[in-house]
Amino acid sequence: MKIKKVVELLNAKVVSGHDHLEAEVEFCFASDLMSDVLTVETENLLLLTGLANLQTIRTSEMSDISKIIFVRKKNATEEMIRLAAENEMILIECDYSMFKTSGILFSAGLKPVY
Amino acid sequence: MMHFEFHVEGGNFLKAGAASSQLKKILKQLNVDPKTIKRVVVAMYEAEVNIVAHAYKGDIYIDIDTKKIEITLIDEGPGIPDIDLAMKQGFSTASSVVREMGFGAGMGLPNIKNNSDELTITSEVNKGTTVKFATYLNQ
Repeated sequence: MKIKKVVELLNAKVVSGHDHLEAEVEFCFASDLMSDVLTVETENLLLLTGLANLQTIRTSEMSDISKIIFVRKKNATEEMIRLAAENEMILIECDYSMFKTSGILFSAGLKPVY
Repeated sequence: MMHFEFHVEGGNFLKAGAASSQLKKILKQLNVDPKTIKRVVVAMYEAEVNIVAHAYKGDIYIDIDTKKIEITLIDEGPGIPDIDLAMKQGFSTASSVVREMGFGAGMGLPNIKNNSDELTITSEVNKGTTVKFATYLNQ
């Protein structure tokens, strides 16, 4: 699925990395715990998280995750956007809960990592 | 043989991961295979976050040759009284601040082990901890 489609389904807002909207994504992982994110080995992963701080971006950088959706109306800070841009990531803000977001994306065909 | 050193400040979550980020850039430049890079930088980041989360300060020494990447993290801090217990998944002494940053679930040390080929941890209570691990190249 194209990221553009994900944004549309979630009625979400892209805050960084607009030029990556055509990128494809196959798997999704939802977690507020970065320790868990760091154990995932799946490639081309979309991260759903309600944790919006600099370590969310750092964790994604180390895990080769370049697509992040912040759920529950969490916003990315300027510093997060700067670091994300440096690492060519797309950051998306979504007003829905983690459950609703997961449900929509699962129904649309995104796969779980396990 | 290449050698790199980084300094880590305890408690400074704004800078946590800066050294790991530098290492990732270096390994990319050296054309190390992406899967190996991910293993090394995830292990290094876990260890770097541990210094930020638990210690007062620390130094990271990285040695890279054609066979392996060896990383030694030496910190000054409270130390680990029971290393076997600290290695157990789910055991954590992390503060609420650390947990707010998305860590402190007691998964860091087991994940370093999972992402490295050699790991030794030595520690002295009220003095500090040394974590040394290596990841082999060209597997």
